[in-house]
Amino acid sequence: MNSQRIHAVDITSRNLKANARLSLKDQQLRHNMRSAMDSLISKRIISMPDEDERENLRELGNKVRASALSQLPDLLERLEANLTQQGIQVHWASTTAEANDIVLKIAQARNAKQVIKGKSMVSEEMAMNEYLTEHGIEALESDMGEYIIQLDNEKPTHIIMPAIHKNAEQVGRLFEHRLAIPYTDDVDSLIQSARSILREKFFHADIGISGVNFAVAETGTLLLVENEGNGRMSTTVPPVHIAVTGIEKVVANLQDTVPLLSLLTRSALGQGITTYVNMISAPRQPGELDGPEEVHLVLLDNGRSQAFADSELRQTLNCIRCGACMNHCPVYTRIGGQAYGTVYPGPIGKIISPHLLGLENTPDHPSASSLCGACGEVCPVKIPIPALLRRLREENVKPPQQQPQIMDGQGSRYSSKERLLWKGWQYFNSLPWLYKTGTFMATRFGGLTPKNLGPWTQNHSAPKPATRSLHELAKQHLEKKS
Amino acid sequence: MSARNKILADLRSSLLGTTPIADPFDSSLVDEPWRYSIAERVTRLKELMTAVHSEVLLTNNSEWPELLSDLLAARQVNKLLIAPATAHGKAFSAYSQATQKPLQLLAYDRPIEEWKRELFDDVPASFTGTLAGIAATGTLVVQPSPDEPRLMSLVPPLHIALLNASQIYDNLYQAQQHWPKPMPSNLLLISGPSKTADIEQVLAYGAHGPKDLIVLIVEDA
Repeated sequence: MNSQRIHAVDITSRNLKANARLSLKDQQLRHNMRSAMDSLISKRIISMPDEDERENLRELGNKVRASALSQLPDLLERLEANLTQQGIQVHWASTTAEANDIVLKIAQARNAKQVIKGKSMVSEEMAMNEYLTEHGIEALESDMGEYIIQLDNEKPTHIIMPAIHKNAEQVGRLFEHRLAIPYTDDVDSLIQSARSILREKFFHADIGISGVNFAVAETGTLLLVENEGNGRMSTTVPPVHIAVTGIEKVVANLQDTVPLLSLLTRSALGQGITTYVNMISAPRQPGELDGPEEVHLVLLDNGRSQAFADSELRQTLNCIRCGACMNHCPVYTRIGGQAYGTVYPGPIGKIISPHLLGLENTPDHPSASSLCGACGEVCPVKIPIPALLRRLREENVKPPQQQPQIMDGQGSRYSSKERLLWKGWQYFNSLPWLYKTGTFMATRFGGLTPKNLGPWTQNHSAPKPATRSLHELAKQHLEKKS
Repeated sequence: MSARNKILADLRSSLLGTTPIADPFDSSLVDEPWRYSIAERVTRLKELMTAVHSEVLLTNNSEWPELLSDLLAARQVNKLLIAPATAHGKAFSAYSQATQKPLQLLAYDRPIEEWKRELFDDVPASFTGTLAGIAATGTLVVQPSPDEPRLMSLVPPLHIALLNASQIYDNLYQAQQHWPKPMPSNLLLISGPSKTADIEQVLAYGAHGPKDLIVLIVEDA
């Protein structure tokens, strides 16, 4: 319990480097993350033993998502028309502020005091809990992991396993302090304690809030995937259900969810399917005895249409939020999810967050990667994450005023000095006489290289030029041969 | 401009000059790797559901009421929520009455608002039918209805489901071909009792839904 925990309130997305340094010193965090990620990696591959099956399905997953995005506005309109006809009210929000306002208005119209939440990353984007609390409405997380971190005033560290950075002892202590439950590190008893507390919350809640995994345009169906049953409770027990989701989550028809579902649950948790797949197409119908009287869907843009506008960056929106890229990321595994200071951490977070928050608020995210390529290899819908990271690096160093402006916060890492250096480098490499003179000098006077080369030598030893350049060696070699 | 029109206009202008990518769906990729013989379907479903802590029992049309009754007695369950208007509900009520078992049968016969407290606190078990099963993933397809509402398979700590062997499909794609059209207000895939691995990835059953799931497969139906 002596580990230095980074509190959500202290971290921001602008301080990724500083946050990462702190996280790297936290031995408990590093141990918890390493063992969790190792286990998730092996579970995934065990569930996908047949390489042909896996690769063919990934290819299909990619095409299904690409096809949906290629007709996104039409599919959204079809989804809206079908849902509306079936009695589900559809709302649109360009910004998180608009989305929060929509949720609040629905809550106020029902005079709601308590909201129970299934897991929803979009509601995290909106900081919905804080917003509702400010307006006198209790917003309680019911996913076990989300509940744990909400108790500790933290933000999720992983999109699938929000409390994966904590061990059972830490959770036991937390329950002891916050819920006055006698200390135990027995996972079953901890879960049973949370279950009985949350059952009462489901019982009394005025509104249930959930995310959406896939929204099916053809049938007007919201498909939700989960293991705990809190999603079903949140969407069934309270008289009102509000689903919040991003505009990219739509697919054309039900059969498209077959490959996506299989890719999602196996990539995320190594499960062939989750315990529950909950397909909601209408509120409670006449004659039905339970289910919400009102169902709402809030469609949120929040920067997604910016990514959509560029055909390369659009691939970011293929994402089905499985978290496999984080599980396989050497950077994420070492620094944990909270260091990113963004709702979505890890590789997918580094390519989506700049659209949600602007590059000026995520200046280090595109470069916080070794470009090892693991994320791209495991992505179930084949998002070329390394290529998109490189693309964002370019956008990040473009002159801020250069047109066209693809990204908010373009050029947040632009430096005229760096530009000049690269111009010089280009000049040096394109004039043979200059290049030859340069390499001659460098090889003969290499000993004069300073020991301290600024940021480079903080983490590396200073480079030592060879005594002869490759050109010279090759020439010598050829002369010897003849 | 409303948020709706702005979002749609932005998306449309980004797609100017492009054509939609044709439907890429290829059923062989989601169907062929997951095909089984009729006998394998039952074994596979049983194996997969058992692996996630469900109890799966094979029975037949004449014996399942007795089996169900014995299971409840062994667990000392004295109340069971059933749907008296369904065929399986009728069959079990008749059996219970004839054998005069000390088991109280409850019906979900009024809106949830009228008996929410009782359902949450005082119903230890429920018994429902299923629409179908899925062999590939070890899954039940459950369609809530006025007879068997949504919470019936969710709130009681023990859920017992009756599945006809002839309605077990190879995979989700095959099962989908037999789903009701249009989609019902709620359709569920259930693949075990509720569970979580949110603390240290240690698997714990009985998260928010049933702690136990028993599946009775009727082999001659």
